[in-house]
Amino acid sequence: MHNGTRIKISNVSFYYGNLKVLSNISMDIYKNQVTAIIGPSGCGKSTFIRLLNRMNDLITKSKLEGSIYLDNKDIYKAKEDVVAIRRLVGMVFQKPNPFPKSIYENVAYGLEVNNIKDKAFIEHRVIESLRKAALWNEVKDRLHDSALKLSGGQQQRLCIARCLAVDPEVILFDEPCASLDPVSTKKIEELILELKSDYTIVIVTHNMQQAARVSDFTAFLYLGELVEFGHTEKIFTVPKNKKTEEYLTGKFG
Amino acid sequence: MRIKETIYKWIFTIFAFASLLFLVGIVVVLFKEGLPIFKHVKLVAFLFGKSWYPTYEPAEYGILPLIMGSVWVTVGAVLVSVPLGVGSALYLDELASYKQKAILKPIIEILASIPSIVFGFFGMVIVAPLIQRIFKLPVGLCALTASIILGVMAIPTICSLAEDALSYVPRSFREASFALGANRWQTLTKVVVPAAGSGVSTSIILGVSRIVGETMTVLMVSGGAAMIPVSFFQPVRPMTATIAAEMGEAAMGSAHYHALFAIGLILFLVTLVFNIIAELISRRFRIKLGLNR
Ligand SMILES: Nc1ncnc2c1ncn2[C@@H]1O[C@H](COP(=O)(O)OP(=O)(O)O)[C@@H](O)[C@H]1O
Ligand SMILES: [Mg+2]
Repeated sequence: MHNGTRIKISNVSFYYGNLKVLSNISMDIYKNQVTAIIGPSGCGKSTFIRLLNRMNDLITKSKLEGSIYLDNKDIYKAKEDVVAIRRLVGMVFQKPNPFPKSIYENVAYGLEVNNIKDKAFIEHRVIESLRKAALWNEVKDRLHDSALKLSGGQQQRLCIARCLAVDPEVILFDEPCASLDPVSTKKIEELILELKSDYTIVIVTHNMQQAARVSDFTAFLYLGELVEFGHTEKIFTVPKNKKTEEYLTGKFG
Repeated sequence: MRIKETIYKWIFTIFAFASLLFLVGIVVVLFKEGLPIFKHVKLVAFLFGKSWYPTYEPAEYGILPLIMGSVWVTVGAVLVSVPLGVGSALYLDELASYKQKAILKPIIEILASIPSIVFGFFGMVIVAPLIQRIFKLPVGLCALTASIILGVMAIPTICSLAEDALSYVPRSFREASFALGANRWQTLTKVVVPAAGSGVSTSIILGVSRIVGETMTVLMVSGGAAMIPVSFFQPVRPMTATIAAEMGEAAMGSAHYHALFAIGLILFLVTLVFNIIAELISRRFRIKLGLNR
């Protein structure tokens, strides 16, 4: 059914100060599969996904218990290089957040900060990433225009291209369509399905249909606990847990 | 209740318009009292004349030495205040912990509330003798001393406005940068500072405009010689200091009196231009970061 574990989450709890927002979560994220994280807002989905590329390191007074392994290496062990982890595990955010720079500069940014100087290589990678993100045809004549002139959906695909440019192996999406119209949402979903063959994908969404459409595995978080995790079809058709069933049938959330 | 409200409304409207009235009044007086100097001396000779001898017979009204005095002191003060002001803003915004920020920010703001005469006094008593000894000068009151003191005085303006500009940069830009594997330094120099750039330049321009207009301190520490300076170690007589020093002795309605008003007019125009530029840039900045919607 899947080809091996990419990320192993083992007994993870997380605190903001004294507030415990994740408790004792264990699950696996499989290679070249799309794993959806669903749950009502405030249940800890963003917190959870941001642990996978150590984005929560930026928050002072936070505390992690348990371990997260990427290819059997504990990413929170002191000797692991945060930069290397973030290159391997890219992230696309809820609100499109292109830099106030040109389209080209946005995509090239990740290469530049990783000390790649070869101009020809950068250009090649920028074009390739824009193609993969299904944005190339729309922007090829205006690569040097400000990225802020693009529509919301185009900006989000630009953020995906920017993420692909550093050649990650895992991509985290935190509600990538939350601020987009249905047409743009559809494009992003198609894109996610295409990217699956080359990348391992984790997507947070509060849209259950979206989880059903794009994911292979689904994890249902509720009040910081992992209530149920398994194959998406199973979760959506024969949920084991009563809470999951209630959430999926819209009884709360 | 309703009558009360109407009365309040009118009172505050009058207050609001009072400052406009004062502004117009000041501008009118500056022009009315300044322009008559051009009956005695041509505009070009006034602006570019190399001698300022307003009390000689015949008097000479060339303000180039005063303009150059202001320019030297301003440039010097910018060299002091910009690195320190912007640097401390960057430190406060990016590196300081909550605690450090809670202590440092008020301290920098207290610096802004020290009366300029205190700065002047400090300059005369402490800085000038020090500069004199270090550089073995005949006098310590010179362009360098004035630059240092004025530079320090402009730090709070620059620092607090630049810090505002930096803090307006959305967190999402920083997050995007970190998520791509950038470190703090790269995020700061490649994303945060360019995004805050025009806000930071606004802070610098307003700081400079404060330096150009500062009077009391300059009068006390700049040395007062109306010569075109060729080094920072020479005493200078900037425009503001000239007005402050000479207004008391110039007979009302005399050419000297009008000349001093004309200098005031030029100062007013220069600071006005600075402030307009600052406003234009900061408007563009807010649009760029999407803060104006
Ligand atoms: N930086 C933070 N500091 C303190 N509490 C936070 C922070 N971020 C999120 N929280 C809290 O943690 C809980 C989970 O938030 P989050 O992970 O954003 O949930 P979700 O993405 O599922 O909506 C919420 O109660 C939220 O208020
Ligand atoms: Mg969230």
